[in-house]
Amino acid sequence: MLTLVESVNMALDHELDQDPEVVLLGQDIGKSGGVFRATAGLFAKHGKDRVLDTPLAESSIVGVSVGMASQGMRPVAEIQFMGFIFPAFNQIVTAVARMRNRTRGRITLPMVIRMPYGGGIHAPEHHSESTEALLAHIPGLKVVIPSNPGRAYGLLLAAIRDPDPVIFLEPKRVYRTEKQDIDNDGEAYPLESCFIDREGSDITLISWGAMMRETLQAATQMESEGVSCEVIDLVTISPIDVSTILESVEKTGRCVIIQEAPRAGGIASEIAAELSEKALLSLLAPIGRVTGYDTVMPYYRAEHRYMPNTQRIVDEIRKTMEFQ
Amino acid sequence: MPASKKSLLKKHETTSSLLPVADTIANFEIRYVQFLNAQAKIVNELPDFANDNDCLLELYRVMKTLQMFDHKVLLLHRMGKIGTYTGTLGQEAVGAGTASCLRNEDVFVPYYRSATDLYVRGVKLHEILLYWGGDERGSNFDDPRLKHDLPIPISIGTQLLHAAGVATAIKLRKQKDRAVLTMTGDGGTSEGDFYEAINIAGAWNLPMVIVINNNQWALSESNTAQTACQTLAQKAIAGGIEGIQVDGNDVIAVKATTQTALEKARNGGGPTLIEAVTYRLCAHTTIDNMDSYVDKQKYNSAAEQEPLIRLKKLLQTRELLDDSKERELELAIKQEIESEVEQFLQTPPPAPGDMFDYLYASLPERVAAQRDEVIQRENPDADIS
Ligand SMILES: Cc1ncc(C[n+]2csc(CCOP(=O)(O)OP(=O)(O)O)c2C)c(N)n1
Ligand SMILES: [Mg+2]
Repeated sequence: MLTLVESVNMALDHELDQDPEVVLLGQDIGKSGGVFRATAGLFAKHGKDRVLDTPLAESSIVGVSVGMASQGMRPVAEIQFMGFIFPAFNQIVTAVARMRNRTRGRITLPMVIRMPYGGGIHAPEHHSESTEALLAHIPGLKVVIPSNPGRAYGLLLAAIRDPDPVIFLEPKRVYRTEKQDIDNDGEAYPLESCFIDREGSDITLISWGAMMRETLQAATQMESEGVSCEVIDLVTISPIDVSTILESVEKTGRCVIIQEAPRAGGIASEIAAELSEKALLSLLAPIGRVTGYDTVMPYYRAEHRYMPNTQRIVDEIRKTMEFQ
Repeated sequence: MPASKKSLLKKHETTSSLLPVADTIANFEIRYVQFLNAQAKIVNELPDFANDNDCLLELYRVMKTLQMFDHKVLLLHRMGKIGTYTGTLGQEAVGAGTASCLRNEDVFVPYYRSATDLYVRGVKLHEILLYWGGDERGSNFDDPRLKHDLPIPISIGTQLLHAAGVATAIKLRKQKDRAVLTMTGDGGTSEGDFYEAINIAGAWNLPMVIVINNNQWALSESNTAQTACQTLAQKAIAGGIEGIQVDGNDVIAVKATTQTALEKARNGGGPTLIEAVTYRLCAHTTIDNMDSYVDKQKYNSAAEQEPLIRLKKLLQTRELLDDSKERELELAIKQEIESEVEQFLQTPPPAPGDMFDYLYASLPERVAAQRDEVIQRENPDADIS
């Protein structure tokens, strides 16, 4: 039985074993095993040429990964927290996302940038935000978010093997909340499609990352009130698997999207826009959104007010179901 | 001329001069390399390659080619045939001197003003024109020997970390005899990525050479606006790597220094930062007007020190070049440039779907639909399968 962070570790270990071009780099990921222990034991097992402690410089971590990947290596970079991605943002936007395009396919970047994200762990400033939409807005990247241990394993394998750069966001609030039995079989999951976690007929709930927990709880609660919820784990927030979502909403006629990130300009907005363009005539109610608020993520004494919870999701489902 | 500004530290009493210090714990110095001064006087014993006449003639040919190319691109720009181009006029020795030291197995990581290096490396002038003519295919170099070389980046400083990454790959793969050469402008040394690059190059002892094309200008800003450093070479000290300044208008000095630094890198001796001091004799780009910020007198005196004049004098002393040989050379270069320009002008625009075709290995469904739309708008009868 493994936690999400342990399954990340197992996937990294598996790929280090399988492919000599895979190299991990990041701050404190070597002997220490990373602040969340995602790389625990890997330095000891694979050595200093496979698991590199970098200087404390995010642009270096990403920029150097670009150079390594341009020569056919498969760097897997760790950014300690998503709140510290910004020094590397220039590299992500101007190099990572566009090298294949810039060279008309001559140079490609098979690299992964992983980082923990999201709130709910009572951490200091910049350790709790969910800024996935900033990354999803950049053409040329894939942005992938696992919601449970099994998915973390299968999706990370796929991300490392992908010929293009993948941003891999790990919902740190659920790093250790759930354990699953996972075979270390090297079986990758597809990055192109979302997962239907629960079939239902009255309403489609769409979420990703840590919010899948509350979303599934809300679905269970609504079931007892006689509302059948279909629950979709979006997984890849860019590019979005629109057809699976569309098929579900055409069936149920109702949709609520749940995200931890602020509301304005988020992934939920993007999904809602797609649905309003493509499924208008199937919709029986306005598309609902349960999101974080459009304010600065509060420090942890107040973060519970900011984070969407099961009650807020239940309320939104009821509202959507009652719409006439 | 060595470029060393007055130190700000001398203006005031320093903190340490006011304190009873216990010891001096580190000393640094920056050396300056020059063989052929602006008067074409040989000021140091020449390196071996400088006694190889063919080598010097080839360096001269390259520099002459880029000099003539610069003028040609300006004309093309005035005719509306090409957009922005970042010229190399006056800086040809930095490009020729550095790139001529590279072997096929080395990797070159350019910046946008690296046209001379790219040309020496084997990139065709029509590819350079294609790139600046707004066509990504210019970075899909024809020459298969260049498959590891990176394309021109526009975001200043980013390339230096890519070079560090390439050098990391070389080092991790334990490939001896390979090194990375990269470049930046003087303004680029103010960027965070520059400092990060010299830092990680030093911390990881990477096989790389960073050349600063110090052409005195960052667009309209002079060096004084950029830094209080007396030299740019001394920035290396902060990264714990070797920094050296070289006369960037003396192609022999640039080549000798780069060659030595690359050899050191290939042998595990680590990185070097080379500041090549030169002068930008063209505007920042074809769309820039430098009259508002360049002092005409200083410009004229810089023009007298440009790199071709002194090399030509040396070649004349050695009786390798006279007026008729020079005309012959110019004619040959003119023909090459004309044919490359022709090839550029004849290159049809990219196909309508091209802007989507290299986004990912396989195009996501959503984006594929957008691609289809673009193709169909341009050609309603197109078969988009
Ligand atoms: C990160 C970034 N900021 C600003 C610019 C706009 N810009 C283009 S060239 C230039 C001046 C650069 O000067 P320098 O580094 O000395 O190189 P040079 O052009 O003189 O070769 C500026 C500000 C840019 N391309 N990238
Ligand atoms: Mg400059």
